[in-house]
Amino acid sequence: MSILFAILFYAATAILVFGVAYKVRKYIKTPAPLKIPTTPAPTTRSGVAFRMLKEITIFESLFKSNKWIWLFGWLFHFGLLLVLLRHLRYFTDPVWWWVALLQPFGKYASIAMLFGLCGLLLRRIVVDRVRYISAPSDYLMLLLIIGIGTTGALMTFVTHTDIVTLKSYLLGLMVFDIRTMPTDIILVIHLSLVILLMVIFPISKLLHAPGVFFSPTRNQVDNPREKRHISAWAIKLESSK
Amino acid sequence: MAAAKFDVPELKDYPIIPKLKKDAMAHSAPYVAKEEFQTKLGYPGELIDNWKEVAIEKMGELTDKYRSLSVYLDSCVKCGACTDKCHYYLGTTDPKNMPVARQDLFRKVYRRYYTLAGKIVPKLVGAEDLTEEVLDDWYTYFHQCSQCRRCSVYCPYGIDTAEISMAAREIMDTVGKGQKYCNEIIGKAQVLGNNLGLPEPALIDTLEGLEEDIEDETGVQVKLPLDVKGADVLLITPSADFFAEPHIDGLIGYAKVFHEADVSWTMSSYASEAANFGMFIGSYENMQKLALRIRQAALDLGVKRIVFGECGHAWRVAYSFLNTLAGPFDFLDSNYPVPQHICEVTHGFIQDGTIKLDKSGNDHMTLTYHDSCNVARASRMGDTPGGQFTIPRDIIKASCNDYYDMPEHSIKEGTYCCGGGGGLLTDDLIELRVKGAMPRMQALKQVTEQNGVTHMAAICAICKSQFSKIFPYYDFQMDQIVSVHQLVSNAIVLTGQTDGGSDEEDTKDAEQAA
Repeated sequence: MSILFAILFYAATAILVFGVAYKVRKYIKTPAPLKIPTTPAPTTRSGVAFRMLKEITIFESLFKSNKWIWLFGWLFHFGLLLVLLRHLRYFTDPVWWWVALLQPFGKYASIAMLFGLCGLLLRRIVVDRVRYISAPSDYLMLLLIIGIGTTGALMTFVTHTDIVTLKSYLLGLMVFDIRTMPTDIILVIHLSLVILLMVIFPISKLLHAPGVFFSPTRNQVDNPREKRHISAWAIKLESSK
Repeated sequence: MAAAKFDVPELKDYPIIPKLKKDAMAHSAPYVAKEEFQTKLGYPGELIDNWKEVAIEKMGELTDKYRSLSVYLDSCVKCGACTDKCHYYLGTTDPKNMPVARQDLFRKVYRRYYTLAGKIVPKLVGAEDLTEEVLDDWYTYFHQCSQCRRCSVYCPYGIDTAEISMAAREIMDTVGKGQKYCNEIIGKAQVLGNNLGLPEPALIDTLEGLEEDIEDETGVQVKLPLDVKGADVLLITPSADFFAEPHIDGLIGYAKVFHEADVSWTMSSYASEAANFGMFIGSYENMQKLALRIRQAALDLGVKRIVFGECGHAWRVAYSFLNTLAGPFDFLDSNYPVPQHICEVTHGFIQDGTIKLDKSGNDHMTLTYHDSCNVARASRMGDTPGGQFTIPRDIIKASCNDYYDMPEHSIKEGTYCCGGGGGLLTDDLIELRVKGAMPRMQALKQVTEQNGVTHMAAICAICKSQFSKIFPYYDFQMDQIVSVHQLVSNAIVLTGQTDGGSDEEDTKDAEQAA
């Protein structure tokens, strides 16, 4: 079991890292030939950075759009962030001071995260418009993350795993030393689902995470009159005339 | 009330999100372009035999050329934020008019041929083969998007359905299934210089007639110059300004402003069109051909500045793309932005007192302002973000005494498209245009009832034509839509004006309104 999961972890990490890197490389290499920021848009780079910061921290556009989706989505994402940060304690020894500080918040953030996810799932089922646009994968993705969150919360609040052995196993993985992994069923389910999530990340809509940074309507500076914007293929087009 | 072969949406007292009605607009599609118009633009004359392979290949080419398309096809999480934002969905209740559902018509094909998951487990991820039915759906529903970008405001990733509509239309053109209205017009503009196909003598005739009208009315000789070499300003305006109502009153307004401010200006018969339909079909090359005519006209006439008249999508192409497509404009006066909007020019003259406005010239109207979608969400005026909202409003408020905004959700960045933008302003899509106008009509009705608004001003040729056509379906009068520079024209005090000039105009407008 310890060896099997070690292999799966290495493989999943490789797929996640190289898969996302491949996609990000594609986004970087693909030019944005025209200026298309959704206006009113910032006229400076720092203004764009601030706009982007608002998008990824408070989900500004979503807030304008729909308060329910915003509430559920924000609780889920912010809860997930805290939970992930709290998980750093299993990969660091000694535990970084600010991770230790987050510990109590990280624990309860899992509840917020699950609440948000259930809200999103409920909307997907109940609201006719959202049901119409949902593919099976859209439901499964929510269920997958709910599964991860639930098993995680169970281990935090109900039936603890052997956390000392687990941490030793994870620290070992990081230095390619395969130690013993606890084998209680909830942990095994939790880790299996996480591995699955890592594998499908680069080939699914989870690409919205890197994608948002490359969205021309959000990341472009509104200065087309002041500065000529031209892509490589457009220059080629011009010189061929 | 015009006779309609379809149900005109009922205007509720407040906006509601309608229940889905599948295929409610499945029957609506514009005429397909004939061979002669297709070939002029370099596209096949009819649907080619191997259209499927070519379409899929083109899709790959476009995702490599446009980062927007590439990122947007991958990033949608189907959260539903955009589902109630499209005026065509609100007006037709057809689920495929929800922005995400419209995108998915394209995305499902992209997933099938260009993503691993779509190749392995298509059903699971909503991927589908490109079939004739899918192509028909594309033709139907990508011609029910006016590329107004309202959805892009509300999407957490800024996904802009307009980008996907443009790509879909370009692919359809490439396989020989183009739209008649757009492609015929682009062909005309590329040969004759304007969308209406007006030749130079007709333009001269029209402009002379207008000069006479203005002189009769005001006693002042206001010129509308054409092809004057060495003028300072080249005015590029939508060709609808030369003949359509209320556009032409706007053109008179620009002329009066230039006259009163003593600006030397000219129009060009070679580039007598501001609107650039190349954008509607997503064709960089065709858009560039039209943009280069403007550059050429500026060079030939030796002007120092380029100013654009009232036109929405045109201002997007001008403001956002002109420098890219036809720049650099280093041969023009660098003290002025290239290009400028006529509203920026007029606004400047109002602020520094160069022109004087007598608000009572518009006392027979109570006004509101329709933010044209592509001005609001795809361009700017002035130096600060949001100038596209304040500058036209400032001009209107300086020209009239009674002004009220429509409800906040329906103006500024949240403005609703008129229902006729993006290459849909054609009679074969009249049902779509009437239904798509519903959210705007609802907002207008609200200020009509609450504030006694009688007229709505706009700065887009398409908006003006669309509203004058569809107003009667909603029990408004077709002349309740006015040009912003028509208001300026009514209010401006011309030096040497004969007594009662603006009063005469009042009477005339009042008669028309009656």
